[in-house]
Amino acid sequence: MSAEPGAAAMLPRAESARGGRGDPEAPTRWDILRRSGTFWAGSGIVGFWALAAIFGPRLVPWDPYATDLLHELAPPSAAHWFGTDQLGRDIFSRVIAGSRDILTIAPLATLLGALAGVTLGLAGGYLGGLIDIVLGRIIEVLVSLPLIIVALLVIVALGPSAVTVVIVIGLVFAPLVARTVRAAVLGERALDYVAVAELRGESAFTIMFVEILPNIMGPVLVEATVRLGYAIFTVASLSFLGFGIQPPSPDWGLAIAENYGVIAGGYWWTVAFDAAATASLVVGVNLLADGLHGALTA
Amino acid sequence: MGGGWGGWFARRISLSLLTLFLLSLVVFAGGQLLPGNVGRAILGPLADPRAVAALNHQLGADRPPLVQYLGWIGGILHGNLGRSLEFRSPVAPFIGAALVKSLKLAAVAAIIVVPLSIAAGVAAALSAGTLTDRVISLAGLSLTVIPEFVSSIVVILIFSVWLRVLPISAAWPAGADPFEQIRHLILPAVPLVVVLFGYIARMARAGTIEALEADYTRTAILKGLPRFVVLRRHVLRNALLPTITVIATQTSYLVGGLVVVETLFRYQGIGSLILTAAIGKDFPMLEAGILTVGAIYIGVTLIADALAILLNPRLAPGMAG
Repeated sequence: MSAEPGAAAMLPRAESARGGRGDPEAPTRWDILRRSGTFWAGSGIVGFWALAAIFGPRLVPWDPYATDLLHELAPPSAAHWFGTDQLGRDIFSRVIAGSRDILTIAPLATLLGALAGVTLGLAGGYLGGLIDIVLGRIIEVLVSLPLIIVALLVIVALGPSAVTVVIVIGLVFAPLVARTVRAAVLGERALDYVAVAELRGESAFTIMFVEILPNIMGPVLVEATVRLGYAIFTVASLSFLGFGIQPPSPDWGLAIAENYGVIAGGYWWTVAFDAAATASLVVGVNLLADGLHGALTA
Repeated sequence: MGGGWGGWFARRISLSLLTLFLLSLVVFAGGQLLPGNVGRAILGPLADPRAVAALNHQLGADRPPLVQYLGWIGGILHGNLGRSLEFRSPVAPFIGAALVKSLKLAAVAAIIVVPLSIAAGVAAALSAGTLTDRVISLAGLSLTVIPEFVSSIVVILIFSVWLRVLPISAAWPAGADPFEQIRHLILPAVPLVVVLFGYIARMARAGTIEALEADYTRTAILKGLPRFVVLRRHVLRNALLPTITVIATQTSYLVGGLVVVETLFRYQGIGSLILTAAIGKDFPMLEAGILTVGAIYIGVTLIADALAILLNPRLAPGMAG
């Protein structure tokens, strides 16, 4: 998981997924989770933005899209808490409403990557053989290119659209998720319950999805959360570069790209709040991932 | 070492070549097959069909895919990376010049981040389980996921707009001396440092903890060696080995970060070259740039793997890689 920053949480403890089963004295996963400060901090931040994405556009004081050419670049005030941008749009309203697009696209991309990755990883780990070899090579190629650059290539070729962004990120994530799932499956394969299921004559499909999958949901969930953080990172960066979410969306990356040109004039509020919002969301997701990691794979 | 070494190297190089080949297929597919009609993608939906056909013919895009791929990859193998559609001249000089600039920026970032993050990681490991450890780990964990454009904005607002101590653009005036060049590269290096810090620190921490718990460290302590000597000679040496590999694997991330950072700071490196090519639909430039970036990553990881084995012969027997 080397080539990407968001994956840091995945490294060390992955092999010891045995905890939480059997020993009645040991704290349960839920106990660990409940006592995890990072989990609660992350949940709070992500929960806030999720609510903002769902209800924000209806609750904000101003229309996020309404321009007001008489009040361009107004500094923060009682009327405009975060000031206004170059078109006189209220930045507070735009920051709140700006969570919607990124919190639609990034989770969808993650979901696509997780579904495809779980399927591939189960097949690679349980069936082995050719799938395993091909998967290994694909991963090798994928980590040699930064996701942003792969996305640029495909988006330039197909034209920018939300669907393209979801598909590119999802397809790049799939083999990376598959790698984690595969490692978890290899640990399960040797266990008795799999051998018993095989003796019962269950089909490979049933063994993979009904027997093994429920037992590796912990690592899968952690991996998906880490991926979500990375998807947000990527979608935000692509939007900033002009290849992600398109105007007139109040998206944060887009807003920073639109207003970046004027900050040398001292109009810091046109970018500072969007930057803070982006940072809080990615950090929130990562804290959540760290909490889940500590509880589910320890 | 011995006989296994040559075998390992041959195996590792052939794997790298295979990866490079697959990479070229991906780049080719993205740049020449995915657009469907390259001429149409370049000229836009309103262009005259005859102009589109003429451009496709000129680019060779009207040939079968296999012929196109062989022509493209054959040219590259002969040192011909292609001709830029935008500049109407070979892309190689552009890529060379951009690489030099990006290397300067990457070097400044590396000089800052490597000692800083290793020191932080080792410090966290030495105080494992304490508040210091938790603070370093959490800071690293959080900083790692901050997109470069966000941390760029923060440092620009503080150091260029508010304090006015560092330039807002990385492009230095012509004839600037190395000191002036570095001054222009400090701010752009920060976002890269922010992302890399947590990752390297985490690896250094894990490596140090593992080395601290190892038998050879216990032996060294029981032998009565001073703590400082044990740390320097036994712990750090072994702890830093995995860190080398990690730094190498971060080259790939680094280039992705360069796309954003170089664009923001108006710096003509490989990242902004790729972005400009993407915006201008300059497919030959885009493909050559991406292939170069991937090839560099593959080369760097190969060197790092070899280095890790050279520095730690215990990895060598069996040559598991």
